[in-house]
Amino acid sequence: MTDVMIEAKGITKKFDKIVAVDDISFEVKSGEIFALLGPNGAGKSTTIKMLTTLLRPTSGTVTVNGFDTVSQSDQVRRSFGIVFQDPSLDGELTAWENMEIHGVLYDVPRAQRSERIEQLLKFVELWDRKDDVAKNFSGGMKRRLEIARGLLHEPKIIFLDEPTLGLDVQTRNSMWNYLRELNKSQGTTVLFTTHYMDEAEKIAQRIAIIDQGKIVALGTTAELKEKTGKASLEEAFLALTGKQIRDEAADPKELMRAFMRSRMGQK
Amino acid sequence: MNKIYILWLRQLKRYWRSRSRIIGSLVQPMLYLLALGYGFGAVFRQAGQGNYLSFLAPGVVGMTIIFSAIFSGMEVIWDRQFGFLKETLVAPMPRFNIMLGRTLGGATVATLQGMIVLFLSLAFGFRPVDPWAILFVIPYLFLLALMFTALGTAIASVLNDMQGFQLIINFLVMPMFFLSGALYPLKGLPMGLAVVARINPLSYGVDAFRDLLIGAGHYGLAIDTAVLLGLTIAFLMSGSRFFSKVEV
Repeated sequence: MTDVMIEAKGITKKFDKIVAVDDISFEVKSGEIFALLGPNGAGKSTTIKMLTTLLRPTSGTVTVNGFDTVSQSDQVRRSFGIVFQDPSLDGELTAWENMEIHGVLYDVPRAQRSERIEQLLKFVELWDRKDDVAKNFSGGMKRRLEIARGLLHEPKIIFLDEPTLGLDVQTRNSMWNYLRELNKSQGTTVLFTTHYMDEAEKIAQRIAIIDQGKIVALGTTAELKEKTGKASLEEAFLALTGKQIRDEAADPKELMRAFMRSRMGQK
Repeated sequence: MNKIYILWLRQLKRYWRSRSRIIGSLVQPMLYLLALGYGFGAVFRQAGQGNYLSFLAPGVVGMTIIFSAIFSGMEVIWDRQFGFLKETLVAPMPRFNIMLGRTLGGATVATLQGMIVLFLSLAFGFRPVDPWAILFVIPYLFLLALMFTALGTAIASVLNDMQGFQLIINFLVMPMFFLSGALYPLKGLPMGLAVVARINPLSYGVDAFRDLLIGAGHYGLAIDTAVLLGLTIAFLMSGSRFFSKVEV
């Protein structure tokens, strides 16, 4: 088992001329719960996409579980589970079928597949809804199903991109309970992004604050408070990133669209 | 192999569960078959061309396949919008296999749609030269379906949103349908239309169906087969090339 689960070395991502992520480096230790905080458009999602092989860095390297995200992408993909910012289930398929497809795509042996699916659906309290199609699920149920799915292939690390966005307090609570339990019992590394400072403060062991594509601070909550001389993480966050409201157009999806448009010569 | 199979199976399950799509996509071809088939039947016979409904049926089957296949291929856009595409793109498998599973699934769905229309047209008076011909035509239905699903996937891979879909239907699929030999004989066409029909991939599919089903091909089965195979390979290659560049 490697001691360092994620190692990002000088990663940069440019969309055309816009620099979304600017030469950032950090490490996440094995078994750690790590939070990535930042205002809208700071580069959080772009960073997660580079860590999870969805985007290639323009320069720099990332290793996950000891594997390079570009040259050993299959091994990297087997190492992590991911819960995306937006749902990524097939709504026409049942909870069970969504799990089953994932199991096949990740080579979970048939003998273990059914057993693990049952175990995980019970874990996220969706077992009695296993034969219902996912499009009828509430936001919280979908998120729980995605967590269960992300864990099916027993990943060493789970990525969660704003996993609690739009969830009620009860669902948020139970979700973090699952993840903490998993972190404790299996030693699963957790990396998540969030806009809720209380969540980061309560759950993450270390926090990286990212702004305008750069890491502006990294450490435990106590260290961040000490560095800025503020009493709460929220104040520390504002001290580090400023109070100005960010332009939503800097969202990575928008950047990508602008990039694709300019590339294909569309209006 | 398992992975390609499960992605294929997914397309079939989605198809089977959307009854409204199955029925909706059969209405248009049946309308063409019945309104035109019976409406122009008398004129066609008087011109000494035989039974128009039998001439038209293979064309309408081709129409069903092109619409259904392009639609299936373009489901990539839906999957991107609803997120499932990401789930497959981070899975430990080559992009090519994802594209292959999806495309084979979409092509199977389009082939099934084509077969349904073929059987329905039998009920309305279509008579192939030989009942066995129906069996021999199935591989061609699949080949045409595969070709257009791959084309749909290629197009969807470079489109950003669903707005582009209507554009493709209006500026690509409808002209291909009307400018192929689906509705009229290719023999004796004005020069311009004959040239357009010749460069239209759908013409060769419909021509092959007609050759096998009613023994009235225009280009000849050998040429049809060669063109269909060549284009299918070309579209599969460009489809996988564009799909491999999809970013979410």
